[in-house]
Amino acid sequence: MKKFLARNGPGYVFLLPWFLGFFLLALGPILASLYLSFTRYDMVGDPRWIGFDNYQYMFERDRRFWKALEVTFTYVFLSVPARLIMALGVAMLLDKGLRTIGVYRAIFYLPSLLGASIAIAILWRQLFAADGVVNQILAKFGIEGAAWISNPDTSLYTLVVLAMWQFGSPMLIFLAGLRGIPRDLYEAAEIDGTSKRRQFFRITLPLLAPVIFFNLVLQTIEAFKTFSSAFIISGGTGAPADSLLFYTVYLFNEAFKFFRMGYASALAWVLLIIIGFFTAVSFFTSKYWVHYENERD
Amino acid sequence: MAGLTLRNVEKSYGNVTVMSGLNLDIHDGEFLVLVGPSGCGKSTLLRMIAGLEEISDGTVAIENTIVNDLPASKRELSMVFQSYALYPHMSVRKNLAFGLQNLKMPKAEVDRRVDEAARVLQIGELMDRKPRQLSGGQKQRVAIGRAIVREPKLFLFDEPLSNLDAELRVQMRVELASLYSKLGTTMIYVTHDQVEAMTMATRIVVLRKGIIEQVGTPHELYTRPANLFVAGFIGSPKINMFSAKATKGAHGIHIAMPDFQDFEIDGLERTVDDVTVCIRPEAFRPNGGSISVNATIDLVEYLGSEILLHTRLPSGQTVLMQTGGKAAYAKGQSITVGFEPGDVHVFDHNGNRVPFVREEALA
Repeated sequence: MKKFLARNGPGYVFLLPWFLGFFLLALGPILASLYLSFTRYDMVGDPRWIGFDNYQYMFERDRRFWKALEVTFTYVFLSVPARLIMALGVAMLLDKGLRTIGVYRAIFYLPSLLGASIAIAILWRQLFAADGVVNQILAKFGIEGAAWISNPDTSLYTLVVLAMWQFGSPMLIFLAGLRGIPRDLYEAAEIDGTSKRRQFFRITLPLLAPVIFFNLVLQTIEAFKTFSSAFIISGGTGAPADSLLFYTVYLFNEAFKFFRMGYASALAWVLLIIIGFFTAVSFFTSKYWVHYENERD
Repeated sequence: MAGLTLRNVEKSYGNVTVMSGLNLDIHDGEFLVLVGPSGCGKSTLLRMIAGLEEISDGTVAIENTIVNDLPASKRELSMVFQSYALYPHMSVRKNLAFGLQNLKMPKAEVDRRVDEAARVLQIGELMDRKPRQLSGGQKQRVAIGRAIVREPKLFLFDEPLSNLDAELRVQMRVELASLYSKLGTTMIYVTHDQVEAMTMATRIVVLRKGIIEQVGTPHELYTRPANLFVAGFIGSPKINMFSAKATKGAHGIHIAMPDFQDFEIDGLERTVDDVTVCIRPEAFRPNGGSISVNATIDLVEYLGSEILLHTRLPSGQTVLMQTGGKAAYAKGQSITVGFEPGDVHVFDHNGNRVPFVREEALA
């Protein structure tokens, strides 16, 4: 025990703030929501135990639940790769060794700082509105733009574009990863006559795999949890025609608009399981494509 | 195989010129070592030859073809890096084959060359391992293997042994030398270690601050250093340096050195000046030499086959001497040390060698 503390003690001290937050603030509500998910609870009376009814209703009869899943999955599968590709692209440009790299790094990170804010979502709404800036610019080229946000066919894509624009944090991580690849490897490849394209696919990508994996997991979780931009842009309802009915928006409305706390709790747990499943899949497959430099044999 | 010609080569970064007016002819099939202290420009020069670094001015020609604007891959050379630069995610076999696959070479030929390199370097049993599973020496062999599979006209080595421990370095030195005699390809080798330079080179280029101080065989550099810098840089243990006065003598130059009696050498008389006299540690003999003085032993380094004696002269000047023999020495002991006038090197006040008459006849 003494030995264990000596070796791991400092680590736990650093984890302490997280532990405190988790046990004092988060753990209670988490367990409560698990309990509530098996009840009917409108916040007025007491929760009433109904067993698996919430879950049964969700999977068998709730069409909006399936719609929310469809919207959310589409968003995750489009926005995560788009954001990662964007982030990697910009990181590679910045990695070219610009003298003013600090400035560019900060500028490119800005959208991510602002991204989660309500203001940006409102701005986005303005940009892609029928008479918004995007359409005004398109009009200059004689193209008649669509009503991007009010059209259910395109509304989701404006959010994918917004997600792409917020590439800051994965970009910083990619940049650090790129910096970690020794220059010598590229020089050796250069002398061997390896094309830039082959260098990218055979050296950069494999050596960046741990970082790509990390970003993929984090961004996937992030994307599943997307709320504020979808909430603002859809006017809080998931409109038009439920095309922006993100899982979290649906959950929020069930909880705080219709006060179906029990059902909303069940929705939350299903989302947790979905996220856990995809994270597990990522980890499971990673051993086939992620190479760690200091891996033990 | 190829010779190499550098003409008025210059390298500058922005306004800072680190190398200028550098001329060098590298002969076909020689093992040329670029040696010098860190920051002397040896690696930069190698990288310019490789095509990894731009040449600011002047020309670099391989086999009479100017390659200034030729990309590294078109120069038909291979380079071994200090860090080995092995691709960490590829097996040894893939590391060796990677460069050849770029050339769209038939698979059978790739396999033949890879197997041949593995045989020459005795790394056959490592072929399926990843670089992290290799020791430093094994990584080094793979790095060399990657260079030889391309069958280049020119090999470049950038301090390839400096990450190895002392014992392995000696072993790899021998292996590299035998590889050179087997392949007979032109090799250009950068190191800061003068022992490496002396043991492997057919010719050595001593560089300092972007300037060539001397080019010559190891023997020439050791026996006739062109200037004080080369005298001090080449040779281990380090040469002894004494300030002295030179005047015109009866037959040559008369040298007056503190602690020692005056002596005369058959040097050319053009220098009558403050000079520096350099004497190699092994040129000093305990209880011998025609010019001798009493000294006190400060420190004894016993190396087995030889002994290094750090001694102090009456003036306080220290003298390092290297001696064989089985005599026992002790700290604080008094000893007579001496040398022969023919064993000294004399440098004028600019640090340039004052040649002997007989050397002049050689040249």
